[in-house]
Amino acid sequence: MLIVNANVEKIIELDNQIYLLKIHSPEIANTIEPGQFVNLRVSESTYPLLRRPFSICDVDGDFFYIMFNVLGEGTKILTNKHYGNELDILGPLGNGFKYEGEYETAVIVAGGLGSAPFPYLIRKIDNTKKILSFVGGKSSGDVITHGMNNILTATDDGSLGFKGNVVELLDENLELLKSKSIKVFGCGPNAMLRALSRFCIKNNFDCEISTECAMACGFGICQGCPVESAKDKNKYLLVCKDGPVFNSKDIVL
Amino acid sequence: MSKVDLSVQVGTLKFRNPILLASGTVGYGNEMSEFIDLNKIGGIVTKSLSLKPRKGNPPQRIVETPSGMLNAIGLANVGVEVFLKEKIPFLKKFDVPLICNIAASTIEEYVECTKILTGEEAIKAFEINVSCPNVKEGGLQFGNDVSVVGEITHKVKAVTNKPVVIKLSPNVSNISDFAKVVKAEGGDAVSAINTLVGTAFDINTRRPKINNVTGGLSGPAIKPIALAKVLEIKRSVEIPIIGIGGIMNWKDVVEFMIVGSSAVQLGTLNFINPAAAIKIIESLEQYCIDQGIEKISGLTGSYKI
Repeated sequence: MLIVNANVEKIIELDNQIYLLKIHSPEIANTIEPGQFVNLRVSESTYPLLRRPFSICDVDGDFFYIMFNVLGEGTKILTNKHYGNELDILGPLGNGFKYEGEYETAVIVAGGLGSAPFPYLIRKIDNTKKILSFVGGKSSGDVITHGMNNILTATDDGSLGFKGNVVELLDENLELLKSKSIKVFGCGPNAMLRALSRFCIKNNFDCEISTECAMACGFGICQGCPVESAKDKNKYLLVCKDGPVFNSKDIVL
Repeated sequence: MSKVDLSVQVGTLKFRNPILLASGTVGYGNEMSEFIDLNKIGGIVTKSLSLKPRKGNPPQRIVETPSGMLNAIGLANVGVEVFLKEKIPFLKKFDVPLICNIAASTIEEYVECTKILTGEEAIKAFEINVSCPNVKEGGLQFGNDVSVVGEITHKVKAVTNKPVVIKLSPNVSNISDFAKVVKAEGGDAVSAINTLVGTAFDINTRRPKINNVTGGLSGPAIKPIALAKVLEIKRSVEIPIIGIGGIMNWKDVVEFMIVGSSAVQLGTLNFINPAAAIKIIESLEQYCIDQGIEKISGLTGSYKI
């Protein structure tokens, strides 16, 4: 956990106003794990005041990437960053995916911008394992397949791939999944993660999900990002410190 | 050896410099210690402690607003027992005065918590939170009632020999009336201000952006209000004041001292830059050198009106 000043290398616009920001920071790039995140200050101004959390999208040598779309003031400012701009970054934060293990196929399940952490995860997964990616969105423009392998797509409106949500697409492929030794890695809106957790518990699939929540600090002091624990009803876990990646059995969304 | 004397005194409490870290923005010290040397800080105010552990409010607990943030954490904390057993040992490793913030639902609970904690020698003082806007019982209900604040001050003082600081609510018409009753009932100091009640709504869903509907507003947006409240207390009551509210840099600290604060607390800033306190302390020293100020405590209440 460090605070570093890092320089923007470049900004890349993917389709449909999805951006990749490439940042030079050996300190972060050499230590961060897939599923971990950074908390980034977009400007020195007091508006926006708080840092913005971004999961790590990919790492390339001393550089790392974040993926974002324009949601508010903070991300709007980020789209104007260019080579040489300095960013104040706090990271690496949180717990990442546990991608090592006995399984043979990693099943990636992403909804919308939930694709963000997967390029790095896929890169880090031992290449003796297979990757199978299920990527969904409301419409074809919301399906982000950057850095994904072996992709099946789903859209709510049927404009691309399977018509329906990404968990329904998994269910369509249940026999295929059951024939393999798999581990599921999911990221996306809470409603999707809830459905994914239920699906995985029902079918006895090991599943890790990357969650998100509004937060101020990103390292446990503000207590702003609670998530219900499945094991202890008397306390909340924190997305920033106990997550953002959880085994789906450990939390109630 | 520094040429400038940065030490300050709040009643009988001595701090090596005026920079304290505010309750609820420093946890129990362990996370912050990764960013700063806690031995260099003036003092630490712990997260509010209640008699029993509190789970806190369901999400969403925070939302950002222009130059500020609303929070409704709901006093999530480990409770006094776990604090003494598991949190104090870590804090004891540092040479930094510890102020224990106490929150409660009843007057008796404040007294009970203080009684349990007062024997712990690492705790140098208590800050009584009579002004949390985010819990159903106690909290702001107490902070809005002059006689209840007086009663809490009196009863807590009766069970401890350690200094008692009352953290005042800004959500009142005359904050100085509350400072007066604290003084009259034997309180040693006041800290001002706690957060301001605020809210934010989503214009599409028409629903509040935080689960608790309202939350406490903090950050630079509230600084002018906090300064006015500190000044109001300073001009009407002789009681030491710890200034709080939207401090973002050393200049803000100087401003708070000029209007009457003996020390200050950094709050929301710790979320944004957990290393800020050290930089501020260094900058304050430089300011004093530049201004030919030998003792920073001389700034307190040095306003010219």
